[in-house]
Amino acid sequence: MIGKAQLFTLCLAALMATAAAGQEAVARYRIENGAIAASLTGVPGDAARGRAIVVNRQTGLCLLCHAGPFPEERFQGTVGPDLRGVGSRLSAGEIRLRLVDSSAVNPATVMPPYHRIDGLERVAPAWRGKPAFDAQQIEDVVALLAGLKAP
Amino acid sequence: MIRQAAMAVALLATWPAAAQTDDMANPAFLWVEEGKALWSERPRPGAKSCADCHGAAETAMRGVAARHPAFDAKRGRAMLLTQRLDACRVEHQGETPFEPESRRQLGLAAYIALQSRGLPVAIAADGPLAKTVAEGRALYTRRIGQLDLSCAQCHDDLVGRRLAATAIPSGHVNAYPVYRSDWLGMGSFWRRLGNCTTGVRAEAFAPHSPEHVALESYLAARGNDLPMQAPGFRN
Ligand code: HEC
Ligand code: HEC
Repeated sequence: MIGKAQLFTLCLAALMATAAAGQEAVARYRIENGAIAASLTGVPGDAARGRAIVVNRQTGLCLLCHAGPFPEERFQGTVGPDLRGVGSRLSAGEIRLRLVDSSAVNPATVMPPYHRIDGLERVAPAWRGKPAFDAQQIEDVVALLAGLKAP
Repeated sequence: MIRQAAMAVALLATWPAAAQTDDMANPAFLWVEEGKALWSERPRPGAKSCADCHGAAETAMRGVAARHPAFDAKRGRAMLLTQRLDACRVEHQGETPFEPESRRQLGLAAYIALQSRGLPVAIAADGPLAKTVAEGRALYTRRIGQLDLSCAQCHDDLVGRRLAATAIPSGHVNAYPVYRSDWLGMGSFWRRLGNCTTGVRAEAFAPHSPEHVALESYLAARGNDLPMQAPGFRN
């Protein structure tokens, strides 16, 4: 027989484990006025790392759909808007929301949700339960894009 | 294998863009030759060849690929052309179904499809096939995968836009099976479907699964009246 106190401790441990696992996958955030104002991690993003993510065809996939100020990259996409000057059009918080879950801005969006796992169907086993970017990768890309100012 | 790949590369280097209309340059015709031989080959002594039952492919198979997928009243379900081939192999030849995407399967399918060249796609989508076509349409418009995209978003809404170097095509299947230079080989619509599901990081559909049959039925019906171009060529 497990005592009441023991049971309670067990449940608490289970709860904490679930919360920790959830936190690992997707950070908590608040959407206000079409933006996520606060950093997902509290650690400042690194624009150079963000650039490496954006130009990477396997991780970022951004240049499949977008063009941007990346002169060394051939074959940039024309599905989404050109990313040149995006830091002047949108605030860092607005960019963060569009990366985390663009469908929160436009339900019919083509832009993939990079930091959402809910509501996805038929995800391939290798990606199941994982967001495309972890929270720090989002921050790194935000740092890059927020700095892409119009001339 | 290597010789064949080298030959394909040589052919591609000469006429990349014209190949769809220039069969001499389309390596798919290497597969067609194999299919042609298979048509009159007896799998075992005493067993029947396709030709033994059907006669000349040029007449017996004319229009067949243009009306597949089709509803099979006897079995009560939609059937792809490749499922039809398997049914003949099992029921009339006492053989096992073709290995999916094997040279023999693709070759025979390509040879049969060639007999419908230029005919309009003619899927009977209003009859008993309608349910399967509707299921296919539902799958086609459903967002899937980690990238949360539907087929329709790309193949209806973004046709002609560039995904990196590639212009998004309208997603018709009237040229399948096709030879693709980046496969260095042939593939059916199912192989192409695998590329698109991998692209959106979605779980693959098994060959000849109900989902595969439904999607192919919908796409074929969506292309009704287009001229049959199989076996096609893609860069
Ligand atoms: C499959 C296509 C696709 C991919 C991949 C994609 N995007 Fe987008 N993106 C779009 C489209 C389309 C829009 C336009 C808004 C919409 O459709 O909701 C957009 C909008 C945006 C915007 C807002 C731009 C503006 O001017 O309003 C930003 C910022 C952005 N994307 C950044 C990125 C980054 C960074 C990546 C990669 C990490 C990425 N996108 C990957 C299609 C894509
Ligand atoms: C993000 C965009 C995108 C999505 C989503 C997508 N595809 Fe595709 N599809 C492509 C591209 C790009 C090609 C062509 C590649 C090439 O020819 O090199 C293609 C090719 C095809 C073709 C071959 C067309 C031809 O003329 O050879 C078919 C059929 C097809 N897709 C069906 C589907 C189906 C069914 C789905 C959904 C399960 C789907 N696609 C999802 C981008 C997409």
